[in-house]
Amino acid sequence: MIQFLQQLINGLALGSIYALIALGYTMVYGVLKFINFAHGDIYMVGAFVGLYVTPWVWKVIPPGQDPSKFNWNTTAGGLVVMLISMVVCAVLGILIERLVYRPLRNRPRLTVLITAIGVSIFLENFGQYLFGADPKSFPDILPDRTIDIGDLSIFMNQIVVFVTTIVLLVALRYIVMKTRMGTAMRALSYNTTAASLMGINNDVIIAFTFGLGSALAAAAGILNAINYPSIDPLMGILPGIKAFVAAVLGGIGNLPGAVVGGLLLGVLETMVVGYISPMYRDAIAFAALIFILLFRPNGLFGKIEKEKV
Amino acid sequence: MLQIRDLHVNYGAITALHGINIDVPKGSIVTLIGANGAGKSTTLRAVSGITRAQKGSIVFDGEEIVHLAPHKIVGRGLCHVPEGRMIFANLSVMENLLMGAYRRNDRKAFGGDLDYIFDIFPRLKERKAQSAGTLSGGEQQMLAIGRALMSKPRCLMLDEPSLGIAPLLVKTIFEKIVEVNKNLGITVLLVEQNANLALEISQFGYVLETGRIILSDASAKLREDPQVKECYLGG
Repeated sequence: MIQFLQQLINGLALGSIYALIALGYTMVYGVLKFINFAHGDIYMVGAFVGLYVTPWVWKVIPPGQDPSKFNWNTTAGGLVVMLISMVVCAVLGILIERLVYRPLRNRPRLTVLITAIGVSIFLENFGQYLFGADPKSFPDILPDRTIDIGDLSIFMNQIVVFVTTIVLLVALRYIVMKTRMGTAMRALSYNTTAASLMGINNDVIIAFTFGLGSALAAAAGILNAINYPSIDPLMGILPGIKAFVAAVLGGIGNLPGAVVGGLLLGVLETMVVGYISPMYRDAIAFAALIFILLFRPNGLFGKIEKEKV
Repeated sequence: MLQIRDLHVNYGAITALHGINIDVPKGSIVTLIGANGAGKSTTLRAVSGITRAQKGSIVFDGEEIVHLAPHKIVGRGLCHVPEGRMIFANLSVMENLLMGAYRRNDRKAFGGDLDYIFDIFPRLKERKAQSAGTLSGGEQQMLAIGRALMSKPRCLMLDEPSLGIAPLLVKTIFEKIVEVNKNLGITVLLVEQNANLALEISQFGYVLETGRIILSDASAKLREDPQVKECYLGG
C-alpha cells in the first residue's frame, strides 16, 4: 500500500510536468489545427534559461545557506527564476510563430507540420551549439528536504511541483474562461472566419496562445529540473513526445483533457517502472498512444463536432 | 454609405464576380437577390474582407476599404452576418454576444445594448447562460444578428437570414431587421433567396446572375418586373 501511494505521488509529480507541456500542444492545436512539434524543445530552453539566470537572481536575492531548511529568500529566488524563464520562453514562442509559422499560415497543414519538426531539430542543435552537448547540473533553487508522513516520504520538490501546477492551472483557467482574450481564443478555435468577422485580430490571439503555451512549457522545464537536476539540449524530445501523447489521450484541443491525460500518463509510467520494469518506462506512453488511436481516436474527452443546419 | 465599383473576385480559375456595381444609401435596406451560385455571398465576403477581391473598389463612408483586413473593417462599423450563421457553438449565448463587442472599449454601454437585443429577441435572454450550440436554427440566427448588433454597426450585411429556419421565425426575424433599420438607423444590405420577402422589406434591389448584375431597380418595381416574377418570385 505504501509503495502504491509512493508511486502515485511520484506519478502525479511527473504527470504534472506532462500536463503543463500538453496544454501548450492542445492550445496551439485549438487555434491553428496543427501540432507544434517544437514545443518540447521550448521546455528544454526553459530549463536552460533557469540555469543561466539563477546566478544573476542569486546576486539580487541571496539564497539561504542551509539547503535542508526552508528559507523565504531561496523560495522567492526560485519563483523569480521561474517567472523569468516563462517570460523568455513566451517571447521565444511568439517569435517562432511570427517568423516561421505565420508565413505558412495558408499553406497545407502538412507543410507546417514538417516545418515544426524542422524548428524542433534546429532548437536541439542550436542548443547543443550554444549550451554544449554535455549535461549540465541545475542549481538548487529550492530548499531540499523531505517530509515524512508515516512511512511515506514526500520531497519538498514534489510539493512545489503540485502547488505550482495547481496555481498555473487555475490562472490558465481564469484566462481562458473569463478574460476577453481567452474567450476570443475559444471563439477562434471554433471558427476562424467568424472570429475575424467579430473584429478579432486572429494574429494577435494566435501569438498570445503561443506565448501562453510556451510559458507553461518553461515552467514545466524548471519544475522538472528541480527534481532531476541534470539538463541537456536534447532533454525536451521524450517529454515533448509524451506530452503530445497526453494531449491526444485527453482529446486534442481539450484543455482539461490535456491535464487529465498528462496526469494519467505520469501515473501509468511510474506504476510500470515500479511494478513491472523500468525498461518499459518509455514504451508505455507509445503503447497508450496506439491504444487510444485504435479504440478512442478522439481521446477521452474529445467530442465529434456536429453541425446544425 | 456603401459603394461597390467594378468588383471582380476569382476563386482560382473560376470567376465568381465579373465587375459588379452596387450602391447602398445611408439608412436604407438594399437587397441582393439571385439563384444559388450567382455570387451573392461572394459579394458580401469581399466587402467584409474574408475573400480577397482581384479588382475593384469598395468605399464605405467615403473611405476605400477593399484592402483592409476583416477585423479592421468591423472596426469601421460594417458588420457581416455570414451564411450559416457561424455562431460559436462552444461558447455560451452571452459570450457570443460579448464577442460581437470585441472591438469596443465602452464597456459601460454594453448593458444597454444587451437590454435592447434581449428586448427584440427575448429568447436569447432566456438562454443567455446556455451553450450556443444547443440553440435551434432560428435562435442561432437571432444570436448571429444580436452578436452583430453588439459591434454597434452603422451598416449590417445579412447573408440568407431565412435559410433553414421555421417559417414563423423567418417572419419574426424579418420584422426585427426592419425594426433595427428604422429604430437604430442601421443601413442593411440583405442577401436572400427568398426574393418575395426580401423585396417586401427593402427599398432597392439588385438581381445577380452568374457574377453579373442583370437588373436593378426600386424593390416595388422589381416585384412587378415580369422577368423577376418568373425567375425569382415563382411566376
